[in-house]
Amino acid sequence: MADEIVFDLLHSEIINYALDQSKDNNDKKEVDLSVVEYIGFAAGYKIMERLTREWPRFKDELDTMKFICTDFWTCIYKKQIDNLRTNHQGVYVLQDNAFRFLNNFSNGHQYLEYAPRYVAYTCGLIRGGLANLCINSVVTAEVQSMPSCKFHIHVQRT
Amino acid sequence: MSRQTSRLDAKKVNSELLTLTYGALVSQMLKEIENTDDVNKQLERIGYNMGVRLIEDFLARTSSSRCLEMRETADKIQHAFRLYLNMQPTVTSWSSSGDEFSLVWDQCPLSEWVEMPSNGLKYCALIPGAIRGALQMVQLDVQCWFVQDQLKGDAITELRVKYIKRLEDAVPAGED
Repeated sequence: MADEIVFDLLHSEIINYALDQSKDNNDKKEVDLSVVEYIGFAAGYKIMERLTREWPRFKDELDTMKFICTDFWTCIYKKQIDNLRTNHQGVYVLQDNAFRFLNNFSNGHQYLEYAPRYVAYTCGLIRGGLANLCINSVVTAEVQSMPSCKFHIHVQRT
Repeated sequence: MSRQTSRLDAKKVNSELLTLTYGALVSQMLKEIENTDDVNKQLERIGYNMGVRLIEDFLARTSSSRCLEMRETADKIQHAFRLYLNMQPTVTSWSSSGDEFSLVWDQCPLSEWVEMPSNGLKYCALIPGAIRGALQMVQLDVQCWFVQDQLKGDAITELRVKYIKRLEDAVPAGED
């Protein structure tokens, strides 16, 4: 079983790789994080299949979200989500006050502009995990002050 | 109401996530980069970058001292494999001059659940990259390459490590 630090380093190298790629493709200053998100999606989709194999069936959408906030999050991010809010119409807000990938940054505003790079993978991970449980969603993240992070999940119903 | 099922095993999940994430990265690279050689190079570079940072963690954790001989280095690489990937490769096939050896393993967490297309991809190119990067930080220049690869149908995976030279401390530019 691999050590955590290997995953941490791989995560930052994936971001590095995506930045390199988007630099090659266009000269614009904007960085393209869709690759990072997609890698998260692919990994999330597959890991969910393995995690829930021997799990009792989820009662409803909220039950699924609770699973993400507690068991899933504890495994990967070493802690539970601090706050889960929902409007009961398909919008969920997951708040993590000490997000693993932002924990090593300064608490000030200095690196706030780089925060999106470090949450893109996790957005994909959540989206992928939910997709495998037949919940199509759009996941975005919001970082107002390090190292706390809010993930917004909008469930798509059609 | 408590669930009947046992809780998930965090270490296992993390390790599986690493495997799957690495897989997703490789497949994404294959999609974006046409030339497989370039993919190998990218993977090697990623490994190199990781190795450069991983060595710090290794030295801090094991508080190991400087290696005076390649045999010591081999032991420590073996230790690092156990520490970081939880695998136990064997060190074999020393060259007579003692500057070249092989690391042999038959199971690697990175290459779990992997089936390879036959297009020259070196799936685990991350590992030689990491070894090279880490050793460079302790002033050892080595070459690393795969001699055998299970993913290509061999019975075992064999990684060859060759000592090139000792990197010397140089005087910083402009301080002569």
